[in-house]
Amino acid sequence: MALLEIKNLHATVGDREILKGIDLTIHAGEVHAIMGPNGSGKSTLAQVLAGRDLYRVTEGEIVYDGQNLLDLSPEDRARAGIFLAFQYPVEIPGVSNMYFLKAALNTVRKTRGLEELDAMDFLSLVKEKLKIMDVDQTLLNRPVNTGFSGGEKKRNEIFQMAVLEPRLAVLDETDSGLDIDALRVVAGGVNALRSPERSMIVVTHYQRLLNYIVPDFVHVLSEGRIVKSGGKELALELEEKGYAGLGIEDTDEEVARV
Amino acid sequence: MTVVSEKIGEQIGNWLELFTAQPPAEPWRQELREAAFERFCALGFPTTHNEEWRFTNVAEIARDKWSLAPQAAADVDTLAPWTAGGIRLVFVNGRLAGPVPSLPKGVEAGLLAEPSELNRIVPETAFTALNTAFLDQVAWVKVARGMAVDSATPIHLVYIAAADEPAGKLPYIAPRMLIQAGADAHVTVIESFVGAGTYFTNAVTEIVAGQGAVVDHYKVQRESLDAYHVAALEARLGRDANFRTHSISLGGKLVRNDAGAVLSEGTEAVLNGLYIVNGSQHVDNHTVIDHAKPHGTSHELYKGILDGESAAVFNGKIIVRQDAQKTDSKQTNKNLVLSDNSVVNTKPELQIWADDVRCTHGATIGQLDAEALFYMQSRGIGRSEARRLLTYAFAQDIVDRIKVESLRDSLEKLLFEKFHERSEH
Repeated sequence: MALLEIKNLHATVGDREILKGIDLTIHAGEVHAIMGPNGSGKSTLAQVLAGRDLYRVTEGEIVYDGQNLLDLSPEDRARAGIFLAFQYPVEIPGVSNMYFLKAALNTVRKTRGLEELDAMDFLSLVKEKLKIMDVDQTLLNRPVNTGFSGGEKKRNEIFQMAVLEPRLAVLDETDSGLDIDALRVVAGGVNALRSPERSMIVVTHYQRLLNYIVPDFVHVLSEGRIVKSGGKELALELEEKGYAGLGIEDTDEEVARV
Repeated sequence: MTVVSEKIGEQIGNWLELFTAQPPAEPWRQELREAAFERFCALGFPTTHNEEWRFTNVAEIARDKWSLAPQAAADVDTLAPWTAGGIRLVFVNGRLAGPVPSLPKGVEAGLLAEPSELNRIVPETAFTALNTAFLDQVAWVKVARGMAVDSATPIHLVYIAAADEPAGKLPYIAPRMLIQAGADAHVTVIESFVGAGTYFTNAVTEIVAGQGAVVDHYKVQRESLDAYHVAALEARLGRDANFRTHSISLGGKLVRNDAGAVLSEGTEAVLNGLYIVNGSQHVDNHTVIDHAKPHGTSHELYKGILDGESAAVFNGKIIVRQDAQKTDSKQTNKNLVLSDNSVVNTKPELQIWADDVRCTHGATIGQLDAEALFYMQSRGIGRSEARRLLTYAFAQDIVDRIKVESLRDSLEKLLFEKFHERSEH
């Protein structure tokens, strides 16, 4: 049985339809890359999977692990093993990373029928994960993402993923804004978390990330639909020909004028 | 017009009855009382036509018939657990309960026996006059020149109101505090207000800090939800003095805090506040920071959390006099509104007469960050828990600035419980 099955998914924000019929099936252990130009609906798909109420699903269904995902609140999705690594991780001043992560882990553990961890056990678990992600321990005592550099924020996302051990991880443009060194670290962390029980959706605009996180499948999204699917070589083809080579329009986002 | 003056006449008549019912006091106290009562009669209670009271209607206080508070007993450790430790003076219905604890060298604390510097600096309003008109026991703290009492030994002034419900009488309590810190003296003073039932607390605190003195002042207001609480704090700060005050306002049905500070050369003043209201609570914070001399610094941060049909007012006046060059002043008021039916009125009021100064001010009124809520939910944290965490984090900012560890810990616990209750409904 597939872990995730998306059928004819349509979603709108306000009056605008962004997703116009997505079909996608993901089995346990598979890594799927979703590529596409700006505005194609990549991030919308990621947010819809996590349950962001900004988007309204107007048609279609999502079945996750045999249950109707759209019936679940965002927190219940997380407890069921879905994890979204945000494109723009949110700063939460006043809430320490440590407290936040402990609260998150314990609710997830509770759902899985595991005992809640006390402060000591939590710390030793976290220290192990910090090593994998090459994250400094002082990060734990700082408020969530507050004052973090772009790289620290992205690394913190993957670190959270390592702690929460999801069954389905959705990485939304985890490469955006990262220099090549930071990209390597983040990708290394992601690869360390690959396992036959864990599926991943890697959303990206650029092919570069896929040199480090090699996908099993690549899908190209354009105007709210998957227009092409293939193996990892599809990403290379895209790199070579560009989106235009596949007959897809890719407009650069307007650069803000100062 | 006749109707209005009749009303005022009736109000004053009630208070005159109460004024004359007071047991007589020694001449200096009696003189202060009489002069103040005369002023009160001339001023009358403010109405919302008065700009300073535009958003706070005290008609209920003016209309109700108040009584002199009876002698009573109360358990301070249950009512105000955060006041354990340090040096503690407990007043029940305005009267000192229990003996004055032993004091470190150079510290005097207890009841004021002579006029000293009393009633010299507090601005005259109907409420401050009404406090002085009922001058009884004055809580007094004096730290001698050069004496330092650290924050581990705060001096607690605790006011407990015990309304005499069965008798149906509504007590009027007029706490009065005088804090004097000599040159280079260091002291921490914590005022606390708690109570049960319907009553009217009308408090006045005067703080005089000498040159280079360091005064760390806190006020924790956790009155009953049926209580009226009006308070004036006035600080006169010497050259290079360092004054910090934190006002934590949690209780009361209708609350008005006036806090004022006059700075000298090189004085540093911090006026912070946190107000958390729900139901039909109304809280009004008016502050006046007066930079009279050059090189003064003032920082002001007031944060409020509103739920239910509560209302909050913030009015921050900053005066920079012509002499006060190189003043550095910053004022911030932030409000977190958790319901659609809460109202916030916030207003900065800057009067700047000097030309080489830095003054900034800002005010925000906002809701919980939807992005942050979703982010927490996406990690498995339930929506109500996420709301509670974010609300707590908003308040944490002020709590973190409290230097007295025991008070900070107690407040953290108090707020944690408060928000937990709230997110349960």
